[in-house]
Amino acid sequence: MAEKYDAIVVGAGHNGLTNAAYLAKAGLKVVVLERNGYIGGAAVSRELYPNWKYTNCSYVCSLLRPEIIRDLRLPSQGLQVVPYGGGVTFMQNGDYFGNHTDHERHHRELARHSKRDADAYSRYEADVMKQTRIIRPFLMRTPPDPTSLKPRDIRELIGMAKAFGGMGEVGLADTMRFWTMSIGDFLEEYFESDVVKAHLAGSGIIGTALGVYSPGTAYVLLHHYMGDVDGSIGSWGLARGGMGAVSNALAGAFKSFGGTVQCDSEVAQIIVKNGKTVGVALTNGDEIHGRIVVSNLDPKRTFLKIMQETDLPKDLVSKAKNFKIRGSSGKLNIALDGLPTFNGLPKESPLCLGEKHFIDSLPRMERAYDDWKSGTWSKDPYVDMLIPTQVDPTMAPPGKHMMSVFVQYAPPKIDGRDWTSEDRDAFGKTVIDQISSYSPNFKDLILHCEVRSPQDIENEVGLTEGNIFMGELTFDQLLFNRPFPGYAQYRVPAVKGMYMCGSGTHPGGGVMAAPGANAAREILMDLNRASLVPRGYDDD
Amino acid sequence: MIPHNESMILHTPFHSRCEAACEVNLWEDWKGYTTPQVFTEIDMEYFAVRNSTGVFDLSPMTKYRISGSDSGAFINKLITRDIRKLAVGRVSYVLWCDGEGKVMDDGTIFRLSENDYRLCCYTRALDWLMWTAEGFDVTICEETAEVAALAVQGPTSCAVLKAMGFSGIELLKPFGMAYFNFSGSQLMVSRTGFTGDLGYEVWMEPNLGEIFWDALFDAGKLYGIRAIGSSALDMLRIEAGFLQAGVDFVPADEAIRSGRSRSPFELGLGWLVSFDKPVFNGRKALLKERAQGSRYAFVYLDVEGNKPAEHAFVYHADIEVGTITSAAWCPTAKTNIAFAQVDARYGSKGQSLIAEIYYERELKWTRVMASCKVIDGPVFAPARRRQTPAPNF
Ligand SMILES: Cc1cc2nc3c(=O)[nH]c(=O)nc-3n(C[C@H](O)[C@H](O)[C@H](O)COP(=O)(O)OP(=O)(O)OC[C@H]3O[C@@H](n4cnc5c(N)ncnc54)[C@H](O)[C@@H]3O)c2cc1C
Repeated sequence: MAEKYDAIVVGAGHNGLTNAAYLAKAGLKVVVLERNGYIGGAAVSRELYPNWKYTNCSYVCSLLRPEIIRDLRLPSQGLQVVPYGGGVTFMQNGDYFGNHTDHERHHRELARHSKRDADAYSRYEADVMKQTRIIRPFLMRTPPDPTSLKPRDIRELIGMAKAFGGMGEVGLADTMRFWTMSIGDFLEEYFESDVVKAHLAGSGIIGTALGVYSPGTAYVLLHHYMGDVDGSIGSWGLARGGMGAVSNALAGAFKSFGGTVQCDSEVAQIIVKNGKTVGVALTNGDEIHGRIVVSNLDPKRTFLKIMQETDLPKDLVSKAKNFKIRGSSGKLNIALDGLPTFNGLPKESPLCLGEKHFIDSLPRMERAYDDWKSGTWSKDPYVDMLIPTQVDPTMAPPGKHMMSVFVQYAPPKIDGRDWTSEDRDAFGKTVIDQISSYSPNFKDLILHCEVRSPQDIENEVGLTEGNIFMGELTFDQLLFNRPFPGYAQYRVPAVKGMYMCGSGTHPGGGVMAAPGANAAREILMDLNRASLVPRGYDDD
Repeated sequence: MIPHNESMILHTPFHSRCEAACEVNLWEDWKGYTTPQVFTEIDMEYFAVRNSTGVFDLSPMTKYRISGSDSGAFINKLITRDIRKLAVGRVSYVLWCDGEGKVMDDGTIFRLSENDYRLCCYTRALDWLMWTAEGFDVTICEETAEVAALAVQGPTSCAVLKAMGFSGIELLKPFGMAYFNFSGSQLMVSRTGFTGDLGYEVWMEPNLGEIFWDALFDAGKLYGIRAIGSSALDMLRIEAGFLQAGVDFVPADEAIRSGRSRSPFELGLGWLVSFDKPVFNGRKALLKERAQGSRYAFVYLDVEGNKPAEHAFVYHADIEVGTITSAAWCPTAKTNIAFAQVDARYGSKGQSLIAEIYYERELKWTRVMASCKVIDGPVFAPARRRQTPAPNF
């Protein structure tokens, strides 16, 4: 006899867990089915080397909605987000740019590279903040359907129009430009120093199969600025214990509401009968029944892998096929016997705690993208490297360290073929060599290294092509277009009981929990239940 | 490659002396420099300026050197006031706007020679200066750290500087400047300040800082000289009616929310706008505003009672019409003064308004709805501020 639930959530990523937690809190009987033997998806901490915890995929936290942290009482489930300071971009000439968190030191350091840039920074900061303020109120809301005449959609659209209208004509024009322009062009309007531009441009390409001069990358920067740590907008923090702490806390909350998490349970098929979901079939042949099925998977996997084309409207299938979800990032996680030193950077500098980059101009970054386009990893990559154990004592033995290295760019396939283990080794070597040329003792400290290509990320996490955001963050795939026009309200209108809750839905990728929570609000509304999902905090 | 300066916070050229004088050890971060908030006691420092001489280290003020054959034309494009008539050796109080006619900052322009000017201001403006400089034959150099400065202010300030041997200083007119030899070098003295009193600002090379301080305090011993911190200065500038960027208005390029920046008219600084000039930044927008009227008015309020109206809402009858940006009880004028931004309809002289003031006594908060009146100018403007020759005390 198959087990029967009110709702089945496919995938124990942080969004699936958030969604499940709200459904369970509302009193539904909920199961989360996870393919892996562990939960978390791309928000996971695993011990792949004895006594070291790796934050295997995601590694820094800012987007996670404070409303949800508080509402689900995640701190009491062990979640703590600790801010860290600064960042450094090392330069080929032996110098570096240090992104100090202290406002005045930051100004002084900018002035070392260009006095004009130092003074331009306040204008840059204000302009980015203007855009951030527009997007933030929409994070905890369901996007309106611009073609609908439902009162709620019209109300939301009016709200949106007001937000944009409040900016005035000039502001609106700036916003339209901002959402469509390249990060390179955007930065050129403020700065003259190569290294300053390179440092800031990183946020425009992380996780994105676009180059610094590709239209649309300015928005990607915004996606990295719209979060906050304790109200400090644009700041990033470390989840104590790695990003798995986020998923573990969410699972704890979910279980406290009576929910069940079932690992090693890969869903092969969502079962649809007479236009209604009735449950799922696992790869091991088990069937689990429930009237509501919520997919935490990306839109391609959801509609093309675990659903049947014949159960879906044609436009949905073709939209899913054409969904842009190109992989472009790899990751190294490294166990270190001690703390590496970096050329020219004093050991006591607060900058040591922050991220490090080793690419100092936009043209170099564009060349890194050229390699991706020609089907190979960047030979001179943009890396976002962090040693969280300088702040977090829980991830490695005392005096030892864990290094997280995010790498842009790496293609999902090498010249159209699968990655081989030789490719993976060579990719890892490229990255390690780049870091070594700025850190003389780094190589000698390596005890163990996990190298993950986009293909590995796809295989292990189930993100199609290894795209970290579950679909690219370009305007054609954002807001009421995410994942597709007509399907941005988390439900699949043609299939009763079928919902989406992953990063492929609004407001998109990153460890944010907003898609999961927004989807839960829609589901509860369809069930005529009171919404338990908190409203977003106001900035003003 | 410019070497890194790893110090967390910088010292001004007068730091060793400030440190020795700063009895209460209360410091703050002013543009990356550590500067005293209070040396000994706020009231004592305040009264030094109103009764004898107070000395304030203003070295962190941002300074730009503007030179080149087009420097005058460039400055006239930048600022709203017409400086074509500013003679060499004179100083002018100015402000500048963005393209929408909103105030970015105010400051002082020193005409050092025919084609050589110094701009001294609160915010950092190099980026905007460079944008505006396009097409002009002008060189702009930031020289904040290269010029040390002390404000020497108060009724005995002229006497102190005379005692230092700066003969003829009493003949220096307000907004004039003069050079004096000091310790084998030269320094510049301008009759300017932020206190509304008789006073001077002394500009020098940083390496003269310590010996100048020592000589100044030696000469001032018999004239009641005292170092003052930013807290006393704040009281002084409010009493004298001076606005401060970032406090009384949001510098236009830093404003995030639309409608938060202000035009010169909306800050009561319309007298600094000269439409006689054919071009300057913001002219078109300001012409339009002059024709159509302003949305906001900056007003000085005389507030009933003695509770400073800090951060108070301002009402007319039941309607909220504005907010207070600066407020203080003024010990010399014996007035409770406040600066407010109000809806322009409530900004005329004599208008009665109400300030909602909260104050605390032994953990108990009390609210007063204090009547206030819009007054036409600062409450403190002593004759000595403008007299030439300057009085001795
Ligand atoms: C390398 C990397 C670095 C990143 N860095 C950051 C960062 O620093 N900060 C940040 O905010 N974001 C970062 N991100 C993005 C962020 O981690 C993701 O966008 C987010 O975690 C996705 O969460 P999700 O719940 O939507 O999906 P996922 O985490 O992908 O969860 C989907 C889950 O579904 C499971 N699953 C898949 N198929 C099946 C099936 N058939 N049956 C059952 N279960 C299935 C998967 O195993 C997985 O657990 C990073 C991502 C990657 C890959």
